[in-house]
Amino acid sequence: MSVVELQGELGGAVRAGPRPRPRSATARGPRRGWHRWVSPLVVVLLWQVASASGLLPARLLAAPSQIAATALDLVRSGTLPTAIAVSLERVLLGFAAGAVAGVGLALVAGLSRTGENAVDPIMQMLRALPFFGLIPLFILWFGIGETPKVLLVALAVSFPLYLNTFAGIRGVDGKLAEVARTLRLGRAALVRHIVLPGALPQTLVGLRQSLGVAWLALIVAEQVNADAGLGYMINDAREFLRTDVIVVGLLVYSALGLLTDALVRLLERRALTWRREFLSR
Amino acid sequence: MAARVPVPVSGTVSGTVNVPASAQAPDAVRPAATAQATVRGLTRRFGDRTVLDGLDLTIGRGEFVALLGRSGSGKSTLLRALAGLDEEVEGGLEVDGSVAVAFQEPRLVPWKRVRDNLTLGLTAPDPVSRAEAALAEVGLADRAGAWPLTLSGGEAQRASLARALVREPGLLLLDEPFSALDALTRITVHRLVLDLWAAHGPAVLLVTHDVDEALLLADRILVLDGGRVAHEWTVAAPRPRHRDHPDLLTLRAALLSALGVTPEGPA
Repeated sequence: MSVVELQGELGGAVRAGPRPRPRSATARGPRRGWHRWVSPLVVVLLWQVASASGLLPARLLAAPSQIAATALDLVRSGTLPTAIAVSLERVLLGFAAGAVAGVGLALVAGLSRTGENAVDPIMQMLRALPFFGLIPLFILWFGIGETPKVLLVALAVSFPLYLNTFAGIRGVDGKLAEVARTLRLGRAALVRHIVLPGALPQTLVGLRQSLGVAWLALIVAEQVNADAGLGYMINDAREFLRTDVIVVGLLVYSALGLLTDALVRLLERRALTWRREFLSR
Repeated sequence: MAARVPVPVSGTVSGTVNVPASAQAPDAVRPAATAQATVRGLTRRFGDRTVLDGLDLTIGRGEFVALLGRSGSGKSTLLRALAGLDEEVEGGLEVDGSVAVAFQEPRLVPWKRVRDNLTLGLTAPDPVSRAEAALAEVGLADRAGAWPLTLSGGEAQRASLARALVREPGLLLLDEPFSALDALTRITVHRLVLDLWAAHGPAVLLVTHDVDEALLLADRILVLDGGRVAHEWTVAAPRPRHRDHPDLLTLRAALLSALGVTPEGPA
């Protein structure tokens, strides 16, 4: 096994040297850049033509130009910034609560057998529940205010973080734990220097999954009697057949999703600089 | 913390106070005072299989012992017991002073820079400058801030040696640490180990399957068979040794036959 590792290292060293492959990749880079924009632009153009010719009526889907104009209006009037702020607050609160619960429970379950026996069966059972199906119960328990929306996000966030952090802790290389013993590390130092950093890559995978599902949970939660936020803006627009506003809302949802994903990627690059894939960059 | 040795049987006191040999009164000579490690009746069973069967072994202070044996003969089991990694071993184990291990794979912690791998668990004062001195000793002064995954195989193994030696162990356990290195790197690291051993003077137990390595490095060579030390030779040839030294050639033939390998040439 060590031979394989060493060969891997040698391979890595060779890869770090000048080789034709990176050059061809950079040569392909700029070409690839604009090529990939062609088909989406053609689709938008066809969409605009269909709308302008009356083939696609605005009550089904507004024209791209109309959507852009509406987006500008919504920003100027302050409607969109306010809605984003409300939705962002729900996601942040829910995410924070869910992350604390998910990671905290994973630590309890991951660091001791007793903790695992206490926590893991319950988490595995709850995981099987379709959590969007809990909305009716949440409404009965917490009403239709902010609480059920934030809690739904929290619930959605906690499972990917729990499962990945738990798996990350249990997946830490036993050989490194042996090294820690021969270095006379105590239990606290073992957890701090070996277990937690070893579980971090998997935890960050969980973080990305949980942020993805956080936005999804928000969208669903905001369909329920929201009186502010992006979901409210979209539902309100439906009443008035404003497909342009609906599309603006959807675009904002996806932009926020992409933004949080980019943030996690940045975090990964910072926290996992020691990994081979980041070292070679 | 001295010698966290598992399961001492009645009578053996493990974890003697870590007194440097030079600090001991000369008249305090008793049998145990010259031994760095004493193993009595060590037995280890894995299910029905008895890997170590009442093994006895004494390693003197500053002695370089090589342990040979066919695969499955219990070499690594003995080393793990001495390292305190085996909770289920039976018998007496007494190690004076601390134990450090260099494993077959370097086992550097990948998310700690080389320097931080050395200071991990190091309780001595000013650990950072100690670590950097140890890295300089193994020729890695300029790699102190590097990530372990950027090291070559030889560099990683040297860093692993430095991590063991920076603890100033009384007993240094080497678990086939050279087996994954290429032949040229291995020669360099052999010399390095001898230099470090001469400079720091720990007792060394080297587990290896390489007869020539044992002949080049060790004061004493043991062959493990049937769960005990079956053969034992003292190597008197002065260092640095050459493999074609007549004593070593004679010993080599004896070792190979003890390991069940028929010597080359016409039978």
